Amino acid sequence: MKKLFAKHNNWFFKVGLILTVCMVGIVIIGQFWTPYDPNAMDAAAKAQGPSLKHLLGTDYFGRDIFSRILEGAGATLLIAFFVVLLGAGMGTLIGALTGYFGGVVDEILMRICDALTAFPSVLLALIALAILGPGRLNVIGVLALVFIPSFARIVRAEFSRIKKLNYVSLAKLQGVGHLRIMLRHILPNTLPVLLPAISIGFNNAVLAEASMSFLGVGVSASEVSLGRMLSDSQNYILRGMPWYAIFVGLTIALLILGFSLLGEGLQQED
Amino acid sequence: MKKTICLLLAALMLFACACGKQETGAEARKKANEICVGIAQDLSSSLSPYQLATAGTREVMFNVFEGLYKSDSAGDFKPALATGHTVSADGLTYTFAIRENVKFHNGAVMTPADVVYSFETCAANSVDSAIKGVLANVESVKAEGNNVVIRLAAPNSDFLAYVSSVYISPAAYTDQDTKPVGTGPFCFESRTVQDSIVIRCFADYWGPKARLTRITFKIFENATALVTALDAGSVDLVAHMTSDQVSGLKSDYKVLEGTMNLVQALYLNNAVEPLNNVKVRQALCYAVDVDEMLKLTADGHGSKLGSSIYPSFAKYFDASLINAYPHDVEKAKSLLAEAGYPNGFDLVITVPSNYTPHVNTGMVLAEQLKKAGINASVQEVEWNTWLTDVYQGRKFQATVSGFDASTLTANALLGRFESTSKKNMCGYASETFDKYMQEANATTDDARRTELFKVAAKCLSDDAANVYLQDLADFVAIRSTLSGYNFYPFYVMDLSTVTY
Amino acid sequence: MNFVLKKLATLLITLLVLSFLAYAAFEMVGDPVNLILGTNATPEAAEALREELGLNRSLPVRYFDWLFSFIRGDMGRSYIYRIPVRDMIGEKLGLTVTLTLLGFALTLLFSVPLGVYSARREGSWADRFLTVSNQIVMAVPAFFVAIILTVLFGVVLRFFTPGSFVSFDVSPGRFFLYMLFPAISIAIPRTAMTAKMLRSSILGEMQKDYIRTAYSRGHNRQTALRAHALKNSLLPIIAFLAATVAEMLAGCIVIEQIFSLPGIGRLLMVSISNRDIPVVEAIVMILAVWVMVVHFIGEVVSEMLDPRLRV
Repeated sequence: MKKLFAKHNNWFFKVGLILTVCMVGIVIIGQFWTPYDPNAMDAAAKAQGPSLKHLLGTDYFGRDIFSRILEGAGATLLIAFFVVLLGAGMGTLIGALTGYFGGVVDEILMRICDALTAFPSVLLALIALAILGPGRLNVIGVLALVFIPSFARIVRAEFSRIKKLNYVSLAKLQGVGHLRIMLRHILPNTLPVLLPAISIGFNNAVLAEASMSFLGVGVSASEVSLGRMLSDSQNYILRGMPWYAIFVGLTIALLILGFSLLGEGLQQED
Repeated sequence: MKKTICLLLAALMLFACACGKQETGAEARKKANEICVGIAQDLSSSLSPYQLATAGTREVMFNVFEGLYKSDSAGDFKPALATGHTVSADGLTYTFAIRENVKFHNGAVMTPADVVYSFETCAANSVDSAIKGVLANVESVKAEGNNVVIRLAAPNSDFLAYVSSVYISPAAYTDQDTKPVGTGPFCFESRTVQDSIVIRCFADYWGPKARLTRITFKIFENATALVTALDAGSVDLVAHMTSDQVSGLKSDYKVLEGTMNLVQALYLNNAVEPLNNVKVRQALCYAVDVDEMLKLTADGHGSKLGSSIYPSFAKYFDASLINAYPHDVEKAKSLLAEAGYPNGFDLVITVPSNYTPHVNTGMVLAEQLKKAGINASVQEVEWNTWLTDVYQGRKFQATVSGFDASTLTANALLGRFESTSKKNMCGYASETFDKYMQEANATTDDARRTELFKVAAKCLSDDAANVYLQDLADFVAIRSTLSGYNFYPFYVMDLSTVTY
Repeated sequence: MNFVLKKLATLLITLLVLSFLAYAAFEMVGDPVNLILGTNATPEAAEALREELGLNRSLPVRYFDWLFSFIRGDMGRSYIYRIPVRDMIGEKLGLTVTLTLLGFALTLLFSVPLGVYSARREGSWADRFLTVSNQIVMAVPAFFVAIILTVLFGVVLRFFTPGSFVSFDVSPGRFFLYMLFPAISIAIPRTAMTAKMLRSSILGEMQKDYIRTAYSRGHNRQTALRAHALKNSLLPIIAFLAATVAEMLAGCIVIEQIFSLPGIGRLLMVSISNRDIPVVEAIVMILAVWVMVVHFIGEVVSEMLDPRLRV
């Protein structure tokens, strides 16, 4: 692992790592401590601008925007985490099996993957979510599902490439089992390709969650998330409170930037 | 290469600026004596006078259709396509004198035969089960000379209210769904599905003519887009806005405040555990702080209710019920303990996601209920799901919604709580309530009848059938140069008096 | 030819799978009957309407009924509006395609010069600035760009009036002016991505042997780039551009909401919540075909540019 990261000593990787660690760190702290209860309403403090009391101001319900951004970013990251975990997990499993064994199943699954990746995944998720209805679990399920094919393709390509290499054939000749070959001999070698894909996956998952919630098909109104907040904050722009939208938009942009830089850095070798 | 980019950018900016300073169209509309009205939802698929399924459709088509009688802005029924009527002593025979020389929008002259046709078609096809129910009690509708005589099977003191909802349309005209024809001050001009509806002044209108030449109802399904359009000046009038939406409006607009004429409540499913326990329901009433809710969602605007009658329905409104359950968290907790829920319970509040005011109210209520130990959460569902699961299927615990009165009758608001009613979404079943309602409907003496309806409404409050909240404030943003907009005690938008 | 047939088969299978999935998904969430009739109707009226719309039949029957009419070119009627789906889609599709192409044109217009410039001046301050800003711009979601553009140009500077969309027939000039801002919103993130890809593709190409040969023949960096590297470095970009056009179509759905454009995206969203299955099916089919065709064109163009790919 250390070796893997050591060679990515480039600018993208460093900035991306610092940014991601900072953002994720703040968000994790936000899960245990926020200045105010993110849902607590206060009729006496409606729609206030940034102040020492409320760092980023309050919304129409008198809720502290800073606390809500922390909570919302946490929800968005958690959704992204499960989406990537499930998407990459299932994708790796399918990609590994089809890439390693090949055959008819491989052909069929890859045709389906081709078809699915050709259709814009965001659009597919949008339609599915609009039909299923809003909610955190629905978002995770649908996004994970549409993320599977891209991971499956990447892993499959790596597996079918690596399985032909000499050392794998040698291991087979020595009588090493399929499972062991896949887990110990091939999987670690797919990491240089898989890690950037996971990082970009986070990038895409944050973006997808934000888009879905922004359109009102993502998480529901009572659940906080960055996309949902951006959608709400639109109303405040014309009412002289543009900073709400800007703070939320900025948080989304910083999260995505961190992951995209990290992914970029992992792809480049210095 | 740098030069190319600079040139391209410059060209783009020039193009943008050149076309940029265009007028917003507001001036052009004023010159043409037209206005553009922003509405939040498309009208229902059919525009036929008997298929007006949604309140939003009825509200717009109120300008196109008329009945024999028509409500004025005070809620009194005035002769419209009839010049007057007489009722027989037994209350069973209504004789309407039909107004002469009234023209339909297609140029045909209205005859008593058209009236008979309209009543028959409405009785057979109306999408409103209440009107259909009343018309099923009509024994006969006959044209006699210039009169139309309607015979009822049983007396109905509200009959005039239903008559005003039976819009008159030309007999044998078959295009009502797409090209509606009525007798109102405005006639239908065109419709672009999911985009706009255009109506224009009807020159041959029998009464005082509409002041505006043409009205475009433009659909903005996204509330933000609607506010943006208002801010940019591309619409002249928007009704049903919330206080935060109008709070930052520019000086080009003035804001009128009325009420939505809805009974907004946390409707409870009286048939499921633990809400079938009256103490639990009362605890919910005590736990909710309506004043704070109004402050949070509407800057304190809105009228408190107390029961299923809204205040502008003054005849039946009982103001003493407003404070039947003052905010008292301790009392709520002790009632819960008495009911056997000392640690509260889980409550899911289902809200229709397309109605922002209900969603906001739901979120505030959930927070307030938590303070009384009730673990409330808000679940948003799509309108179609709400209709199917909550309204029809009664698969819910609590929901925030608003019921309007499709006719100006007490039955339109209270009838749904009779234990036999198909619309009794809440599953409220009280023999006392049923008894008062039946008695009221059988009484022809107006004072006694009003009294009985009031007592029935008090039953709903005593049993804490629902947590009654408010009649929402209805803010209308209207261009400052326009005047003459009137609020009605029911959900319509009368534009015939609006003028520059 | 084989290649085309294979593509066509994939397309057909995708269409079949997608259309059935959409039908099956709607089966779970119910029909539009209650929506059409509202809260005041009786259950009998609902049953009658179901009968009339043919909704009381079983899922396979309805699906195959729809499928066979669709194959014959009949997209059916909207459940909600009772008018042919074709009439509802026609103009709106035109608008979305125009928006996509406009966004694509803007992307090309700006990304190619930026990418080439960045590559030519590799390592310069301008290059570094462009690389950093590309990376940042890529991280800003298109819908956030759209919000900022609406506020800046619509509300503050008043270059256009938000919500005052004018159709092409009424005034082509105002139509394009209004479309410009949504198109820019879609184009900005994609421009950054394309410029970045183009830059790294050109730089990769410049490392190759034939460019070294060109140097040795006396070409300097600029002419070598212009004469040789540029054309070859466009190859990997083309597949990306094809994906861009496909993605832009998806992006349009979000952008149309913000600018309240009466395009196919808004129709799709409204039709889904209306449970208007024939309209949703038709749009999904059209979008799928559009995506496939765009990818296909991308592959054909790649082949034309690169003789090595020709079989």
